[in-house]
Amino acid sequence: MHNFDFVKPSSVADAVRALSAEGAQALSGGQTLLPTMKQRLAAPAVLVSLTGIADTKGVSLSGGALSVGGATTHAVVAQEARKHYPALADLAGGIGDPAVRSRGTIGGSLANNDPSACYPAAVLASGATVITDRRRIAADDFFQGMFATALHDGEIITGVLFPIPEKAAYVKFNQPASRFALTGVFVAKYGSGVRVAVTGASANGVFRWTEAERALSASFTPAAIAGLSLPSEGMIADLHGSAAYRANLARVLTGRGVASAH
Amino acid sequence: MTNVTMTVNGKAVSGDVEGRTLLSSFLREGLGLTGTHVGCDTSQCGACVVHVDGKPVKSCTVFALDVAGAAVKTIEGMANADGSLGVIQQAFQDHHGLQCGFCTPGMVMSAAALLADNPKPTESEVRHYLEGNICRCTGYHNIVKAVLAASGQDVAAVAAE
Ligand SMILES: Cc1cc2nc3c(=O)[nH]c(=O)nc-3n(C[C@H](O)[C@H](O)[C@H](O)COP(=O)(O)OP(=O)(O)OC[C@H]3O[C@@H](n4cnc5c(N)ncnc54)[C@H](O)[C@@H]3O)c2cc1C
Ligand code: FES
Ligand code: FES
Repeated sequence: MHNFDFVKPSSVADAVRALSAEGAQALSGGQTLLPTMKQRLAAPAVLVSLTGIADTKGVSLSGGALSVGGATTHAVVAQEARKHYPALADLAGGIGDPAVRSRGTIGGSLANNDPSACYPAAVLASGATVITDRRRIAADDFFQGMFATALHDGEIITGVLFPIPEKAAYVKFNQPASRFALTGVFVAKYGSGVRVAVTGASANGVFRWTEAERALSASFTPAAIAGLSLPSEGMIADLHGSAAYRANLARVLTGRGVASAH
Repeated sequence: MTNVTMTVNGKAVSGDVEGRTLLSSFLREGLGLTGTHVGCDTSQCGACVVHVDGKPVKSCTVFALDVAGAAVKTIEGMANADGSLGVIQQAFQDHHGLQCGFCTPGMVMSAAALLADNPKPTESEVRHYLEGNICRCTGYHNIVKAVLAASGQDVAAVAAE
């Protein structure tokens, strides 16, 4: 790994200032960035650790929505979101392994937007709002394809606001070696309708399955989507599963999500 | 080089590190605490797990400077004050929870984190919690037995398959 200068500011404003330096990059839990730097796929000149900023950590209720700080670890969400939004807690508690969950954060996961990551599915299916140091971004505008987001250079995710659904579930089919989602589906039922987000399947990253949303908004039962299918064009194909396998898996997991929503 | 200070196994320590110095390197090369093993260096195997402020972390995937001021516990801190094996370590020995021993420091640290959180886990909870710790020798069965024994539960019920 190439060397760099390490800074650890204690406020968002200081972090934004530090990130304006040439070659600066944010570091949150490091569970993606450190392996990437070891492979020299990233070589920042300055690393700005966000883990020293106390007011971007934690889970709280805010006007009927659940507010999660950008630097909140998966382990803390798994525990503290439990009584407000259990499906979100289930998702966080199923990421990687306990040591990954002690360090990895929601802000890092969303900024990275790995096509097989779990959190993007929750954020998109909840119609959540991503809050940064300078603006609010609707989930529908935030994810812009594999590893691509609406974030500008040096922009920091400070939190996420999740509207709390009546019922929801995240169903993840594990890729057992990486422990990411081979495919994962988040189903959320709101008074205004049902949203379904699929991760791990499309080469374009997380997406909404709008046809299933319409059917489930009319009738929230596994039978409502039994006759639907997703096209396999554009799905990820690798040694773990073909495109057709993933398209079918997304449909099967959606049905399981509806059946287990709580 | 920057000076970093932290508490390791109850003792205040410090040393000069670069930005890129991993916690695993600081422990092994800076402090000579070579009980923490580096198996993969790619965040996959869990051999390097230590506790930072009571939570299990992969020390190969944390910069030493990012945990300045923290309380770190390594396998060297798991023995009793008189040098005899701690409860979890003794259970690994009694139940043949290791063969080559390479994964064992991480296994013991993960097991200790589990038992601190959940003092009487079920067999499936133990297996699930140790998902991030890979062992190439034992087939895991005796590791699971050792963790259950360390929790004071009867392991006769966990029959070899
Ligand atoms: C063994 C293993 C298993 C895993 N399994 C899963 C899994 O099952 N599901 C899953 O979803 N993920 C999984 N992950 C990834 C994990 O969830 C990471 O924690 C996450 O992807 C990145 O979060 P981080 O806080 O570690 O970010 P970092 O690695 O610190 O940063 C990632 C990227 O985001 C940028 N960044 C970080 N924070 C911010 C911020 N607040 N604002 C703007 N940019 C920011 C960084 O500059 C960097 O580019 C796994 C990782 C490992 C090592
Ligand atoms: S050496 Fe750290 S996870 Fe393998
Ligand atoms: S005992 Fe050899 S790797 Fe576990």
